[in-house]
Amino acid sequence: MRAVDAKFWLIQAFNGISYGALLFLVGSGLSLIFGVMRIVNLSHGSYFLLGGYVALSVIWTTGSWLLAIPVAAFTVALVGLAMERIFLRPLGFDPLRQVLLTVGFAFLFQQAALDIWSGNNFDINPPNVLTQSVEVGGIYLPLYRIFMICTALGIGLILWLVMEKTRMGAAVRATVDDAQMARGVGIDTSRVSMFIFALGAFLAALGGVIGGGFLSVYPGLDFEILPLAFAVVIIGGMGSLGGAAIGALLVGLADNFGKALFPEISYFTLYAPMALILAVKPTGLFGRE
Amino acid sequence: MTTEQVKVLAVVAALVAIIVIVPNANSFVILLFTRALVFAILVMSLDLLLGFTGLASLGQAAYLGVGAYLTAILATRYQIGLGYDFWLVIVLGAIGGAVLAAVFGLLAIRATGVYFLMITLALGQCVWGLAYRWNSLTGGDNGINLRVRPRFGINLANEVTFFYLVVGFFAVSLAAMYVLVRSPFGRSLTGIRERELRMRILGYNTWLHKYIAFIIAGAFGGLSGVLWAHTAGIVSPENLVLTTSVDALLMTVLGGAGTLVGGVIGSFIVFGLREYLSTVVPWWQYVLGGVYVLTILYLPTGLMGIPARIRQRRARSKEATEERKLASVPP
Amino acid sequence: MRHSSRRALASMLLVGGLALAMGTGAAAQGQELRIGYVAPTTGIFAQQGKDMVDGFQFYLDEVKNDFGGAKVQFIVEDEQGKPDTAVTKAKKLILQDKIQILVGGLLATTGYALAPVSTADKTVYVVPIAAADDLTQRDLSKYPYMVRTGWSSSQPSHPFGQWACEQGYKKIVTIGADYAFGHEVVGGFQRAFEACGGQIIQKIWPPLGAQDFGPFIPTIRQDADAIFSLMVGPMSLRFPKQLAASGNKKPVIGGGTSYDEFVLPSMGDEVIGHISALQYSAALDTPLNAEFVKRYRAKYGKVPSYYSESNYTTAQMIHKVIADNKGQFPGPEEFVKRLAALKIDTIRGPVSIDEMRNPVQNIYIKKVEKKKMFGYDKDELWNTVIKTYPNVNQFGQFKKDEFLAMPVYSRDIPPCKYCQ
Repeated sequence: MRAVDAKFWLIQAFNGISYGALLFLVGSGLSLIFGVMRIVNLSHGSYFLLGGYVALSVIWTTGSWLLAIPVAAFTVALVGLAMERIFLRPLGFDPLRQVLLTVGFAFLFQQAALDIWSGNNFDINPPNVLTQSVEVGGIYLPLYRIFMICTALGIGLILWLVMEKTRMGAAVRATVDDAQMARGVGIDTSRVSMFIFALGAFLAALGGVIGGGFLSVYPGLDFEILPLAFAVVIIGGMGSLGGAAIGALLVGLADNFGKALFPEISYFTLYAPMALILAVKPTGLFGRE
Repeated sequence: MTTEQVKVLAVVAALVAIIVIVPNANSFVILLFTRALVFAILVMSLDLLLGFTGLASLGQAAYLGVGAYLTAILATRYQIGLGYDFWLVIVLGAIGGAVLAAVFGLLAIRATGVYFLMITLALGQCVWGLAYRWNSLTGGDNGINLRVRPRFGINLANEVTFFYLVVGFFAVSLAAMYVLVRSPFGRSLTGIRERELRMRILGYNTWLHKYIAFIIAGAFGGLSGVLWAHTAGIVSPENLVLTTSVDALLMTVLGGAGTLVGGVIGSFIVFGLREYLSTVVPWWQYVLGGVYVLTILYLPTGLMGIPARIRQRRARSKEATEERKLASVPP
Repeated sequence: MRHSSRRALASMLLVGGLALAMGTGAAAQGQELRIGYVAPTTGIFAQQGKDMVDGFQFYLDEVKNDFGGAKVQFIVEDEQGKPDTAVTKAKKLILQDKIQILVGGLLATTGYALAPVSTADKTVYVVPIAAADDLTQRDLSKYPYMVRTGWSSSQPSHPFGQWACEQGYKKIVTIGADYAFGHEVVGGFQRAFEACGGQIIQKIWPPLGAQDFGPFIPTIRQDADAIFSLMVGPMSLRFPKQLAASGNKKPVIGGGTSYDEFVLPSMGDEVIGHISALQYSAALDTPLNAEFVKRYRAKYGKVPSYYSESNYTTAQMIHKVIADNKGQFPGPEEFVKRLAALKIDTIRGPVSIDEMRNPVQNIYIKKVEKKKMFGYDKDELWNTVIKTYPNVNQFGQFKKDEFLAMPVYSRDIPPCKYCQ
């Protein structure tokens, strides 16, 4: 048995939390999209991956990592917007067709990414300051992980403020609760939908850029991150930001401790709880019905 | 002749044509047809759920996986299934699929719509995860290699012989499902797809109906898995991956849900794209993605639904001309 | 038919028959050699597949598709990273395109899927990449038409374990991707290292594709002298970064794929000083390799990885066999015999094939260094060769019969005697 002491648990918890931070970025967008529009977006992982690739292009041409973040996020948000307006809107509420349409796009994105950026594995290299580690009480804490946690907290805060304190946020919440009523009260639900889908894509791409420095960027990442994003949404609850945060934390910690303690059944320990939660409470732990 | 009889005749004619023509084509074509037909059994089982019961499942590949791995493990570890006991393995595969569906169904059947999609996705991923990580049983990502095909009087290693066997299973599956959907049970399934609430009010135990349909679909899925293991000769977690289930769903929708044969047509098209077009052009992935997108946007009732839509449009334009005629008559 | 038309028909047939006979005669002179290649050109392994095809094509371009008089027709099929698609495409190549030699397969699964096809259809199957040990060990008898020209997973690990002892390491922790390839590379290293007095005190197995090594790195035992890692694909990029960020000060050594030129250009300074073992390094300082690297890089814009080199060398070996037979394909059984009897100087050094149809070749111990090489004006990461072990076969320093009596390397073979 390895030295299972307080240091071990602390490090594992820290790692789990930082991984959860990344999952929050990718899952919160999906949760909002699902909560507001009830759309099962299987190209969400593609947004994540495209965010990473666009960021790479920006870094290669301008050398600026800082610039890459907003450029990548907004570019992918535009892609998401276009997809929603042109392709998803005409489908109306039809989960099956949404699934197939978004998967079709996922395939198209995957091939396009391969053609544009090649299939080599790339790393998004953040500025040197972030690659250091701080030592706290004998434990090495990589600054990049701390950065991930801070970013997630920051984004979470901004999202919360928008949802709670702005009119658009109120409109979103109303639409999540009851789209029919919201329309009755005069809320332009189609504009809300557009905004939310773009926001979801924005968050996913942001996750892709931040995650790219941690996970690297490579073909296949899109379909690897997708089930994790869904796990966050399902466990945390669809449409709930707070739920997405808790779900991300739980998935991050469970994945981390699961792999550390029971590595053989690692994938099973992720999907089995997902299935059980869905069976008992289909809208997720904190989801609203 | 009724339209029903015409349809049956058309299907039989197509089957006969396939049996006669394909063995004379080159071996690659025979292989493609074999693969498409085996997978078509899975697709038809999905159509049973989607087209007739109204349940869209994103995890059907799990049943193919169960049947395939069962076959592979029995053949390589216990030398079972390579002789006359091949037929035993067929039955075991179907049972395996049914048992898994029975277990999963308990968790899944209460859900509907999106939630059913999600939970079947999660369950499918569970099975994939086990196949991937349970190295000692499934060989992990290396998969299991079945080096020989069964022989029992006939030698299935011969591609044409195997093709005939597959066509036989396909025809029997199709016939069985056809009988099922036209039976009272099948009709009540369609009723549930249309108006579940009304069926419940009428006193039907809709949960039980859906559950049974789910198990039957699982059984056919397991059967297709057994055949699949022998077609390629190798079983790996790739067979259980999410895109396999999604492909099956697309084939059902592309061909036309609720028609049984629609799924078969869909299977041929997608296999044709993946395995035939890819030998001709490198950009076949764009075509595949495009087919997904265009089908969903413009062909919601699938290819088999085209005649009906033409009829609809003709009827509507006739109506419109009638109305115009009426409107132009002075009062 | 009328009399005249019958005569016309007969004469047409005669002329046609003559033309055919002459035609085949002419063809036999500059015979066509059809080589079918199976690789993933789409999907998540598309880049490796591209490198594989590029390597082979690069050789073909250099000899203008002429193998000693035979005109090479090179047909590439996409197996999309799925073993059963590989089988379908292989069958298409064999049955429809009538290839004489089948080459390719990236994953071990693909190798295992294609080998039986070669037996069933009596077609030569040359394996440049798929490294599963048992293909040329315990399963060899099932595949009489298969020859491997690449390597076996544990082949570099055997001399590497010895090298580790020579460095004075006593206790090593291994951390490797949890699948057959990882088991074999680590297993070979463990066997060799423990045979010369070392101890593997811990074996960690992150799942294939693991993204976050957070769960695993903190569990590495502190009393280890060094860490042996086996990573593939994106894992190779992530692990060294995360290891360095965790404050690791121990020397890091690893399997060849962990630092192969496929991933090296994307790595950062955190891998400088890391040491690995493989049958090829792009930094191999021989005139033959220097030329190869410069020309390959000029054409494809990247330093060749072992994926490219292995296929280039394979093409070269096939060329030699055909050229020695005056440009004729000698039939599958004879071809396999001759390829297996080949001794040739290649980019990676001298290569011959052992009696179990796996290469015998140099294994290079290579160290990542940042420097300018081959006249390039930028400092880049290169795998500098620091030691060469010549004539290493797949059993290394162990006796073949003892080796085969043991089961294939897996998670618990060899067992971890010194783990707690």
